[in-house]
Amino acid sequence: MKKPITTLALSRRQFLLGSGGLAIGVAFGLPALTASRKAQAQAAGLAPNQWVSIATDGTVTILSPAAEMGQGTMTAMPLCLAEDLDADWSKVRVVQSGHNPKLFGNKLFNGIMATGASRTTRGYYELLRLAGAQTRLILVNAAAEKWGVPSAEVTTENGVAMHKASNRSMGYGEIAGFATVPATLPAVTPAMLRKPADFKLIGRNVARIDLADKTRGAARYGIDMRLDGMLHGAVLRPPVQKDKVASVDDSGAKAVKGFIKTVPLPWGVGVLADSTWAARKARDALKVTWANEAPAKNYDSAAVGRDYVAAAADLDLSKAGVEVEKHGSAPQNIKSAARVLKADFIAEHTAHMCLEPMNATARFADDKLEIWSPTQSPSIATFASAAVLKIPPANITVHNTLLGGGFGRRVDADFTLDAALLARAADGKPVKVTWTREDDVRNDKFRPLVGQHLEVGLDANNNIVGWHHRFAGESIYARANPGAFKAAGGKDAPFHEGAEFLYDIKDHLIEFARQERGIDVGFWRAVGGGYAKHAVETMIDEVAALAKADPVEFRLRLLAKHPRAQAVIREVAQMADWNRKRPAGRALGIAYSDMWETHIAEVVEVSLNRKTGAITVHKVWAAFDTGVAVLPQNCVTQVEGGIVYGLSGALKEQVTFKGGVPQQSNFHDYPVLRMNEVPPIEVKILVTDNPPGGVGECGLPPVAPAIANAVAKLTGKRLRHLPFNPARVKAALTA
Amino acid sequence: MQLNINGKTVEADAAPDTPLLWVLRDTLGMTGTKFGCGMAQCGACTVHVNGTPARSCVTPVSALAGKKITTIEGLSANGDHPLQKAWVAEGVPQCGYCQSGQIMTAAALLKKTPKPTRKQIVDAMAGNICRCGTYNQIVRAIERAATAKA
Ligand code: FES
Ligand code: FES
Repeated sequence: MKKPITTLALSRRQFLLGSGGLAIGVAFGLPALTASRKAQAQAAGLAPNQWVSIATDGTVTILSPAAEMGQGTMTAMPLCLAEDLDADWSKVRVVQSGHNPKLFGNKLFNGIMATGASRTTRGYYELLRLAGAQTRLILVNAAAEKWGVPSAEVTTENGVAMHKASNRSMGYGEIAGFATVPATLPAVTPAMLRKPADFKLIGRNVARIDLADKTRGAARYGIDMRLDGMLHGAVLRPPVQKDKVASVDDSGAKAVKGFIKTVPLPWGVGVLADSTWAARKARDALKVTWANEAPAKNYDSAAVGRDYVAAAADLDLSKAGVEVEKHGSAPQNIKSAARVLKADFIAEHTAHMCLEPMNATARFADDKLEIWSPTQSPSIATFASAAVLKIPPANITVHNTLLGGGFGRRVDADFTLDAALLARAADGKPVKVTWTREDDVRNDKFRPLVGQHLEVGLDANNNIVGWHHRFAGESIYARANPGAFKAAGGKDAPFHEGAEFLYDIKDHLIEFARQERGIDVGFWRAVGGGYAKHAVETMIDEVAALAKADPVEFRLRLLAKHPRAQAVIREVAQMADWNRKRPAGRALGIAYSDMWETHIAEVVEVSLNRKTGAITVHKVWAAFDTGVAVLPQNCVTQVEGGIVYGLSGALKEQVTFKGGVPQQSNFHDYPVLRMNEVPPIEVKILVTDNPPGGVGECGLPPVAPAIANAVAKLTGKRLRHLPFNPARVKAALTA
Repeated sequence: MQLNINGKTVEADAAPDTPLLWVLRDTLGMTGTKFGCGMAQCGACTVHVNGTPARSCVTPVSALAGKKITTIEGLSANGDHPLQKAWVAEGVPQCGYCQSGQIMTAAALLKKTPKPTRKQIVDAMAGNICRCGTYNQIVRAIERAATAKA
């Protein structure tokens, strides 16, 4: 496989600093779609659609619609187009698309531009391949006409069109020199796309285009923005979210060298200064009295967790909450069951800890706002800015920079709005706002604190006759996507995702009891999957234990109709040598997840220090089937990354609140997994011809239940409170 | 004040208590060195001071007079340090944000210990957080670079 000459050569300019970079950014950004840009492109080559243009020198420029936050989408999506275009990958340049939902929106997000929920490949895969196939047809037809031969006799290979019978060939660049886009574009259908067996790029482990820059400090993230005359901003938010400012004394800030001005904001107080450091010092020197009116001012997460479990366990119909999904008649069956298993679960708040703290840069002049943001959704950034600044969305341009991690945090627009509002106070000068890590932790859009209750009815033979799963917690969508929340009648899709399953259990009821305590919660990698599968997969093990069935065999039986699910479970069992007896003090645990159209099973080997309660994970095995894998090796590392994130979350991470104030602020009191804590992780991909699923999140959900299941095998005790930190494990052991 | 960065003497106009990190990033426009925590917890800001890894986020510029500072931009002339090549070969970076710091820490390790054991690697790298979870790939890349150098 040849390496693309491109790397980020062009795309990087999009993020580059200074005037030269900006000019290119504009040329390939939003205005890329204007008539004049199209005409320009035509003069220099062929631009048959919004996704691709072919220059007369053979360079193929492909636009990448999704935010690059580490998942490799800037390589993977253009690669799909290049596959059916039959392009020479070494001549492909990748450019981040501008924000134009009409042209680049994701159908799985109702057409807006957003990256998350493992929906990029699922949303664009076929579309981009069709765009590639159509472009190829235009080139083929143009070549055929030139040669005076039927189109059917023209073939392509690696960026060259050929007429074998007359031994003639033409590169795509040459064709682009004379071809025009026909008034009616040739029709393409999925049936015309290349078959997986014939793929030349997809599934072939093409190297990611962003690697070299990321080893040289040359990749530009949002936080690296530099513009002429740029000012720096910092924002002081209240200790309890949504509190209001009562009074501000900025005399201390004024004394800081480099301070420019104080800017009142709807959510706190901002300062402008001439450097990041000065802005921070000035911000820290502000004396602000808060009104003490925050709705969450009495929020103590320990007590709230107990309340939520009680709410989840309260089956009283008047408090039953919203029915999320209902198959058969679970509650009735449970009532008449021979035996009922009940369990309560808590998951504490967690923080995202993207290694690049939240930041954004903006310039506001003549009622027009230009934003450079490491956002997962330029569309949300646009709508939110338009609403706060009261200007039409058409006046807003968003440049999507590289992201130093996203994990769901950067779907929200709060950090972008900081820059937008401070820019409005900066007399036309650009402003970069950089959050400190402390800002980032305390003002995270936390994973919700969740209470869950499970009741499972068994018949006399330990067959499951009813499965009732209830959730209680602050809603994610009610805040972040109120339209969808309302339209769904109060269901909160991301909150309780993962409660559905493929297990052959006919009577299944899922309910959501929304709680409102005034804490903003958001999308943490795998969202509901991080805790819902903890409940589901540990309960499956519990039933298996009762039925004296092997957890692997038991799952295989419940998944008899799902050969893909069975295959990953069998594979991982084999990888881990499931039936081999482990040394005393060690045990294996397994869990399976079916989320985001990817099947994944994981096995962990653990031991436990009973004195301290510390769990050690010695090894993780995973097998997954995500269908067609565009970049298989990259999928493997995405899954491994999800497993590391999952281990960190399962063993360590929590944000606790007292009096509404988050008690953690940085990596010293919110530790995440470090290299010396990471076990060997063996991940195997089972490639099939199914449509691609998501891989950015799927590694995470099985981790916590697999660990809990292993600990149960060791001790007979069930871990039902996330995270499984030593204190909590110790408590569970003595319970 | 004057600083010696990547073999060049540069003039930086900054308050003496300013951490080197912000002088690099804001004053000098060298953004390859990253901000992650500001309290010596994550390693994203790692540079070399006289060949030893240092956390630029907690190193005031006033402490650096006469010292030799190396940043990721100065680690190699063309991004071809054995570690940089190994990082690409192993496909290490995901978001990439931590990788400047990871590579700077690893480079100091290999200088001192050209053939590190796995344990030596893990001990040396434990101060560098990768939130994307590329740790096992980093170990492999360091092992690859250590072999390539031989
Ligand atoms: S930014 Fe210096 S160690 Fe984290
Ligand atoms: S690659 Fe993202 S933090 Fe390391």
